[in-house]
Amino acid sequence: MTWQALIYVTLKGSVLDPQGAAVTKALHAMQYTNVHDVRVGKYLEVVFDADNEQAANEQVQAMCAKFLTNPVIETYTYRLAEVVS
Amino acid sequence: MKTAVIQFPGSNCDVDAVKAVQSTTTGTAELVWHTTKDLSAYDVIVVPGGFSYGDYLRAGAIARFSPVMDAVATEAEQGKLVIGICNGFQVLTEAGLLPGALRQNESLQFRCEMAQLVVENTDTPYTRSYQEGEVLRIPIAHGEGNYYADDATVQELEKNGQIVFRYVKEHNPNGSVGDIAGIVNIRRNVLGMMPHPERAVHELLGSADGVRLFTSIFTTWRDAHGTR
Repeated sequence: MTWQALIYVTLKGSVLDPQGAAVTKALHAMQYTNVHDVRVGKYLEVVFDADNEQAANEQVQAMCAKFLTNPVIETYTYRLAEVVS
Repeated sequence: MKTAVIQFPGSNCDVDAVKAVQSTTTGTAELVWHTTKDLSAYDVIVVPGGFSYGDYLRAGAIARFSPVMDAVATEAEQGKLVIGICNGFQVLTEAGLLPGALRQNESLQFRCEMAQLVVENTDTPYTRSYQEGEVLRIPIAHGEGNYYADDATVQELEKNGQIVFRYVKEHNPNGSVGDIAGIVNIRRNVLGMMPHPERAVHELLGSADGVRLFTSIFTTWRDAHGTR
């Protein structure tokens, strides 16, 4: 089975995000004064094969923990979908 | 003393590091390509500055999986001296050989300038020729040198004397926690620092304050091995 993981990586809440702070300020300058906070992150699409949904989940989590994110400063969420060809 | 300077695709301070070792010690230094799997012939390993793999994903994240990094970890475990400078520091934190991580500078700017560093601990193989509290002029050139570790880790670093260099107060160029510019591992044989000592080895370069880092390394090696 082929899967697609849509992975969103952001800095942990406890880690200051200087890019997000700069973007927030710029939005305020554009009169979007209702904006409280912006976090800038990364988005990855990973297409891969795995036997079943559980194995696919395990693989995404392992890839994120070992390589795609740095757990010291980053956190992630993802969505997983089967690719139907 | 035989020094290996690791070369990744995108390293750009590698030749400077070789020349710094050659001009400040009587040891030898050579470039070693990142596909090398055995570094046992070397006494000192330098992971140099640059932009390995274009800093893709995160600075150091891809270099850390190069074949040579297993060998670097093996030699570090043997107690050999491993120094990561700038991108090399980022690679060593990604590899887990040093704690913490390096974030984007708080200013969002790439900072290329002379920095002032306070020597915090002279009881390391890298700083024995300096005086405690001495202020050094060593250049920096980085966009992601903003050292971060959680509070508990920073407390451990403080307690164990692992913070080797700090930026002079009020002159922190990147926003690093505790003004940290360089740290060692708990055994003190692995050093990571954002400033570039290899660019400060002659007055003509603007500073010669980096020379004693290399002579400290050489003295450490000589004390353990004899004269050459």
